[in-house]
Amino acid sequence: MKVALSINGESRSADVEPRKTLLDCLRDDFGLTGSHTGCEHGICGACTVLLDGEPSRSCLIFAVQGDGYEITTIEGIAPAPGELSVIQDAFCEMHGLQCGYCTPGMVLTATALLRDNPQPTRKDIVEAISGNICRCTGYGQIVEAIALAAERLALANAPKAGTR
Amino acid sequence: MKPVPFDYIRPSSVAETCALLAQDGDSRVIAGGQSLVPMLAMRLARPERLIDILRLSELAGIKDSDDGIVIGATTRQAAAERDPLIAAKVPLLAEVFPWVGHPATRRRGTIGGSIAHADPSAEIPLVALTLDAGIVVRDLKGETTIKASEFFLGPMVTAIPQSALLTAIRFPVWPQHHIGTGFHEVNARHSDFAFVCAAAQVALDEAGRCTACAIGIGGLGEYPVRLDQASKALIGGDLGEAAIAEAVDAAMADLNIWGDLHASADYRRRTGGVLARRALNDARQAAHSLSTMARRQ
Repeated sequence: MKVALSINGESRSADVEPRKTLLDCLRDDFGLTGSHTGCEHGICGACTVLLDGEPSRSCLIFAVQGDGYEITTIEGIAPAPGELSVIQDAFCEMHGLQCGYCTPGMVLTATALLRDNPQPTRKDIVEAISGNICRCTGYGQIVEAIALAAERLALANAPKAGTR
Repeated sequence: MKPVPFDYIRPSSVAETCALLAQDGDSRVIAGGQSLVPMLAMRLARPERLIDILRLSELAGIKDSDDGIVIGATTRQAAAERDPLIAAKVPLLAEVFPWVGHPATRRRGTIGGSIAHADPSAEIPLVALTLDAGIVVRDLKGETTIKASEFFLGPMVTAIPQSALLTAIRFPVWPQHHIGTGFHEVNARHSDFAFVCAAAQVALDEAGRCTACAIGIGGLGEYPVRLDQASKALIGGDLGEAAIAEAVDAAMADLNIWGDLHASADYRRRTGGVLARRALNDARQAAHSLSTMARRQ
């Protein structure tokens, strides 16, 4: 089946079997291998992408169902090639990743969280990433990274000293 | 972990969906896909055709009607979670959403999908059963309503005929003023599948006497169960802790309870009883504080 998708602001099309998940389509047809294949049944969150800005598991939607959504993958998060988003940078700084397998899903989930809730409590952060499994960090540094990113984003929007 | 090949079709109306379902016996309806796609990936389900109803706008939405709150089958769990009408009129349903999957699965998962999937430990089916919601199904001949108490037949088995589509769930709204709800669950990790969960809703009169009571427990066996015998025993009383314990224990005595590698049958029986008591106590306290507030005003 032909499918037309909008991925990271670009229109893309592919010819896929109906049984091909959006995850496999992103990776195989479009080379967007930042979305990671983990459990393939909706438990681990490694394949998280944003559908119209909402974190969703790309292994639980077929590519043929993906038309009409604005799909954002980890490749669409950085402001420019070679740069990192504030959240990605905070993950590096706080050691919020070790093997990196869960990281794209974590970063996208955090991106949506901080867009909707710029000053999350620790509980809000834990709840937001509760559907993303990490087997390395023990989550502590991930939570700290998201808190740091929230702080930096808040400062970025604050009036500069001396200006009012 | 790849599904078997299937055909995919996206009908443009409920009528067209019903016509497709009437054609053959090997189609599955897909909406949010948060339960069905894992079943497909593990090849526990191997349909020849998937009929995608997610974008049928006539199936989405939450309405207030004379017979209760009607939730369209494809209404997202996340939309229902934030809905003020559900919070006000079906508080027991509002209470369980934080336990239904994860934020990411609730954004795509639908109310009708959870009911139709009929996982024995799932929270939305438990609430539907506890409140005896009406489950509306439609086929080419027309619309019928199946009572939740006659809907769940086994693990992932329901009374929906093969040729019919689940279109809506009608949750009854209790007329009493002082209604309280309670919900408790035990699982390995918050938002994972429940080992056991219990839901209760009670109504108290001005004197603090129970005028209506509903209790349900999920995760014990093939489908959620309602403790009608306990409700009957508790109506008219003051819902004291001893009365609650006695009524729940008596109602659970002859339940057929399953064990598996996560939790033994004994554990589920004990925990189910404890959670049902806690849910009833919470419900009583919530209803009581409403009636106390009303008296003060």
